[in-house]
Amino acid sequence: MAGETHSTTEGTHEAIEVPAAEHGAGFPPFDVTTFASQLLWLAITFAVFYWIMKNVAMPRIAGILEDREDRIAGDFSEANRLKEETDAAIAAYEQALAEARNKAHGIANDTRAKLKADNETRREKAEAGLAEKLKAAEAHIAGIKTEALSQIGEIAGDTTSALVEKLIGKAPTKTDLTKALKSAMN
Amino acid sequence: MANDPIHQFQIQKIFPIEVGGMDFSFTNSSLFMVLTVAATCAFLIFSTSGRGLVPSRLQSVSEMAYEFVAGTLRSAAGTEGMRFFPLVFSLFMFVLVANLFGMFPYFFTITSHIIVTFALAMLVIFTVIIYGFMRNGMKFFKLFVPSGVPVALLPLVTLIEVISFLSRPVSLSVRLFANMLAGHITLKVFSGFIVSLSALGAVGIFGSILPLGMTVALTALEFLVAFLQAYVFTVLTCMYLNDAIHPSH
Repeated sequence: MAGETHSTTEGTHEAIEVPAAEHGAGFPPFDVTTFASQLLWLAITFAVFYWIMKNVAMPRIAGILEDREDRIAGDFSEANRLKEETDAAIAAYEQALAEARNKAHGIANDTRAKLKADNETRREKAEAGLAEKLKAAEAHIAGIKTEALSQIGEIAGDTTSALVEKLIGKAPTKTDLTKALKSAMN
Repeated sequence: MANDPIHQFQIQKIFPIEVGGMDFSFTNSSLFMVLTVAATCAFLIFSTSGRGLVPSRLQSVSEMAYEFVAGTLRSAAGTEGMRFFPLVFSLFMFVLVANLFGMFPYFFTITSHIIVTFALAMLVIFTVIIYGFMRNGMKFFKLFVPSGVPVALLPLVTLIEVISFLSRPVSLSVRLFANMLAGHITLKVFSGFIVSLSALGAVGIFGSILPLGMTVALTALEFLVAFLQAYVFTVLTCMYLNDAIHPSH
């Protein structure tokens, strides 16, 4: 470690001592005799460089960047236009859909009403027919009933006179019988 | 010579040119200025040659640099500042590529010479002064007289503002120059340690692991500094340009 430090110091000495010995003129950047040449060549080269940058290189890069910007802006507006078209198509589609839905509703309602009316008339007709048949049947029953009732008196007279004859050995008179029957049946 | 940390900043003549007793030679510094300009232009132009709507990797690097500088300038100086965009973009790219070029071994770092960074700083300052007077006339002096300062303090504040304005080119150029210079010297010194330690035998070779690790870490740091100093130079340029556009603050 100590040896290393020592040799490092030696290297520094060597590095610093040599220039003093070799360049008596001094430090090159402060050597005034070279200034004129450096200034002249800097002026020439920088002027050429500036001219080329200004007239060739920069317009070129600027052109490329501008083209790209224009292209991007163009693409953007194209995309916007397409989007608007899409939006319009969607709106039209939705409107058509709503219209179709309304129409379908209308058709369904109409059909339902028509069917309902049909059913109603058919039901009414059937009910009317049934009522008529019921009426006829009731009339028939009433006829049979009155007929049966009118025959009951006769049967009861016959039975009564037969019973009385068996009990007392003599048939009652028609008048008595009718009287008795009437009082019993009322 | 291999261990000399200053040697890398030496200017060497490639084509000697002398006009009227002045030395305008084409030097290694000039060569790397030309290389910086050529490499940057070539990259920016070839990477964008596809003009792809969807950028390739290289194209997106160019676009990123462009939009990065544009964003920096716009946020500091507003939309009006965009008239200086070519200047600011050129400065950023030039300094950035010059700094990054300096990271190649045996390459010359042009931004490690104070005269180069000072010239670039003066370019910015003169742009600010000339444009400031052209646009605002005498109102440009409002830059030195902040509003809302008590009258008693006004002379002092104005003096401070003037000094701060005058020190701008110095701080702008010295910051970049000193960062590049110090970073390259440090790198060279630490890598020099590796060589001199290894010469000492087995213990030295083992010991040279430490400076080797430092050199690797410093190289990463220097890449960060190369970018950061280019960015700082650009941001400050944008802020100074903002003063030229809106002098009353």
